[in-house]
Amino acid sequence: MSSAVIVARYALREAVRRRVILVVLLLTVCFLALYGLGCAVTFNQVDSLAAGDQLDDRVLAGSTLLGLSMFTILFLGTVLAVFLTLGAVRGDAERGLLQPLVVRPVGRTSLLLGRFAGAAAVCALYVALVYAAAVLITGIAGDWWPDSAVGPGVGLVLAVIVIAAISLLGSIFLSSTANGIAVFMLFGAGLAAGLLGQIGEALSVDTLEDVAKVSSWLLPFEALYQAGLHGLTAETSGITGVIVQLGPFGGAEEAGPGLWLWTLAYLALVGTAARAGFARRDL
Amino acid sequence: MPAALRCESLEKRYGDTVALGGVDLGVAQGELLGLLGPNGAGKSTLTKIACGLVQATGGVAEVEGSPAGSAEARAAIGYLAELFRFPDWLTADELLALHQELAASARGAEERAELLELVGLADARDTKVAAMSKGMQQRLGIAQALVGTPRLLMLDEPTSALDPVGRRVVRDLLRELRARGIAVVLSSHLLSEVELVCDRVAILVGGGIVAQGTPAELARPRGVEVETEGGRRTFPDASREEVPRIVAELVANGEQVYEVRLLASTLEDAYLEAVGAA
Repeated sequence: MSSAVIVARYALREAVRRRVILVVLLLTVCFLALYGLGCAVTFNQVDSLAAGDQLDDRVLAGSTLLGLSMFTILFLGTVLAVFLTLGAVRGDAERGLLQPLVVRPVGRTSLLLGRFAGAAAVCALYVALVYAAAVLITGIAGDWWPDSAVGPGVGLVLAVIVIAAISLLGSIFLSSTANGIAVFMLFGAGLAAGLLGQIGEALSVDTLEDVAKVSSWLLPFEALYQAGLHGLTAETSGITGVIVQLGPFGGAEEAGPGLWLWTLAYLALVGTAARAGFARRDL
Repeated sequence: MPAALRCESLEKRYGDTVALGGVDLGVAQGELLGLLGPNGAGKSTLTKIACGLVQATGGVAEVEGSPAGSAEARAAIGYLAELFRFPDWLTADELLALHQELAASARGAEERAELLELVGLADARDTKVAAMSKGMQQRLGIAQALVGTPRLLMLDEPTSALDPVGRRVVRDLLRELRARGIAVVLSSHLLSEVELVCDRVAILVGGGIVAQGTPAELARPRGVEVETEGGRRTFPDASREEVPRIVAELVANGEQVYEVRLLASTLEDAYLEAVGAA
């Protein structure tokens, strides 16, 4: 385990020195600035409207804006996760970076675990901080706070960790470029499946709902994101509650404890597959 | 005491391609073995199997009596790949510190300073890898391979990017390591380097060893050359034992003899012969 900690520390130091961090941070600053501006303008508009009896405009605006920001955070977190892990094994081996480390008596499992822990820590911290900033901006600009602030954040963090794990697994078998493309395609496929599921639910098309269910088992980051969206307005009732549950980008979906357990099991399965693949890989 | 490296009927196949076809090779403690062969002969594959980077498909490979690739074997080995790269954001000292942690070496700053001194990079302690020339990186690579005092050092083309001065530094270093009892397997295309420092040479062609022995054993006698006042004269079939007779006959014939040299084929000749025959 101490070997994994050494590798994780190395991976952390490597991560913060990569240019992708600067790019992501720059994009994040731009995003938060625009988000703050958007929140201020939107809530000003909401204040000038006559409030309806049954629809709470402030809840609708706040949850929609924060839901949109969660999608952006998920995307930025995915970019970070993919770029930190896409070349972790085959890419680094092709560049000659990996062999000097693997020859050391640390064990390939520890090496893999350390790389994953380093990438996951950076991504988790990033997503948690940006999500917290988005919640604060929404709250300060519009005096609206989500029904549950922690649950959606945890969902987002786990979603990005799942993507980091998938990308690390892919890095064992695919070249860096191929892996990056593959993971972003999976990301898009997951989101599309979630959207199809919402359409299927609205139109009562079983096939679409089945596609979404299978996809959420295979790619649980989408279900975690949807569960996070649901958590924002979980206790909002009435017409406002019905409308906000439709949500942005395919809508929110309540998740039971099974999702959290499956996510942990999924990470363990991906880790086992990665370990088996890496153990047999010639470098 | 087990051999530093023992390979028995070692095989590696990639599908239908045979990279190693049953190699038998032993490297004694403190021995300096030169591994020669054309591109694709299997030198890097053999080196990587010993280091646990590639899995053999047959046969046995042991490092210090432990199966190649095991934690014990990897703890006993130091490795410099032919194509390697270090993180360019690390300084020389930080890189060695990282490898000290990974190798569980407790010798700290003292070991790092000693290794940098050994490879002639004492002044580059705080220089980032990104600012180093290829030659400096290669020397740093050798220092990295020596972290944790390995018993067997596997060097794959360690002098390919070095200038003549750098090569001499590495040659002296290899002699120093041999004096300390560290076994070295030196894979190289630079035959003159191998001839200068190696105790024994193995020539690998097409995944098999076609010749091995000391450089002197591999080099064959090619006669005697005598310099007289009339110029150089060669006796192609003469052996060392015939030199006194040849000189006596020349002197008896009234010739002045200035120099006598025994001619022998170089390692390069032996190598080309072995590769050509294979």
